[in-house]
Amino acid sequence: MISFRVDGRSGVPPYLQIVQQVRQALRMGVLSVGDQLPTVREVVAEVAVNPNTVLKAYRDLEREGLVEARAGQGTFVRGRPPGPPPGTHSRLGRSLARWVREARQAGLDDESIESLLRVTLRADSAAWDSDSEEIA
Amino acid sequence: MSAVIETHELSKRYRRVTALSDCSVTVPESRICALIGPNGAGKTTLLRLLAGLARPTGGAVCVLGGAPRQDPAFLAEIGYLAQEIPLYRRLTAEDHIRAGAHLNPRWDAVSVRTRLADLNIPLDRAVGTLSGGQRAQVALALTLAKRPRLLLLDEPVAALDPLARRHFLGSLTAAVAESGGELTVVLSSHLIADLERVCDHIILLTESRVQLCGDIETLLSEHKVLVGPRKDTSALERTHTVVHAVRTARQSTLLVRVGGPVFDPAYEASDVDLEELVLGYMGASAAPALAHLTAVGEEQ
Repeated sequence: MISFRVDGRSGVPPYLQIVQQVRQALRMGVLSVGDQLPTVREVVAEVAVNPNTVLKAYRDLEREGLVEARAGQGTFVRGRPPGPPPGTHSRLGRSLARWVREARQAGLDDESIESLLRVTLRADSAAWDSDSEEIA
Repeated sequence: MSAVIETHELSKRYRRVTALSDCSVTVPESRICALIGPNGAGKTTLLRLLAGLARPTGGAVCVLGGAPRQDPAFLAEIGYLAQEIPLYRRLTAEDHIRAGAHLNPRWDAVSVRTRLADLNIPLDRAVGTLSGGQRAQVALALTLAKRPRLLLLDEPVAALDPLARRHFLGSLTAAVAESGGELTVVLSSHLIADLERVCDHIILLTESRVQLCGDIETLLSEHKVLVGPRKDTSALERTHTVVHAVRTARQSTLLVRVGGPVFDPAYEASDVDLEELVLGYMGASAAPALAHLTAVGEEQ
């Protein structure tokens, strides 16, 4: 079972935060097919949000085919979001952690690291786009 | 979906003071409605009128299909929790549970014991020795034991610390989830961040009048903040309603209720959150009084 966090100041709508946390738990292997999600009552008792917020999140996940509601039983995991298996995430996470340590040792602060990451992401996705155009 | 609360030009005067004027609001079933407004705006008066604890001096009020009245059938459907939590400090929670069984036609004692056990709140200690958060939880559990269809809560979390507040609101939303759509709540508070998480409907009162009433998501989608150069807004106001304007020598920040899709490209439009919406409407009604202080507020 997983528990949710809802940050009222993040700017991301609360229902979307729940959707993203379920997706993330599926990617990381914290949740797998057949697992039960907490009931709406359990979620709202813990994070104090409107019950409709949780219902909306679960309906969205159901539309994506990630969970299914079984009458009288609850909501269960049905599939994983597209992407590599959970092991890939933890492996990449470890090598990123090594890189972050190296960046800190070189004197980069969080803001510089984040902006470097953003710039690299943008440059790389531009490269991806031109690659795929050439293939097309 | 039927309305649990419907008022039409509801008014209440106490001798010379007008506590509520021309209040027309609707709250559909199964909503958690935020009741927001400055102190003295009429929040408690409205709650007391809905609970049948006060009589209107004008207009009409309909709660659960009838006029609020002091009869057992009506009162059995209403849970009302006053600001000063009404518990007997020397009695235990268990004493309150037993007293409630004598006083109420419908009384779910088991649910109170379960709720309080889940929260690790002792049933056998004088409630005066419990923490403020625990006392509020006892009062809420007792109010829910009637299995009301409408719960009216007058600033129940005002005196609680952030963690106790979160727990109280968790218990409240859990009760709504358990009810399967049969429980409607009106909750007054000044803590907009709490209300934004929990509520899906809003009534905003200022100076005894209703400024806003409706579904929160709909209201948010109908409003925008426009930031742009200071200039004449009459063209803009042909399509949109300017709720509140803050103007400096060069810049205008406008809260508008949008009336169409077209925006003046001179303005940058952004979405509003509940706090901006509430403060905008409060600012609009308070503008004349504040004008000499800020010199930027303008009544629209």
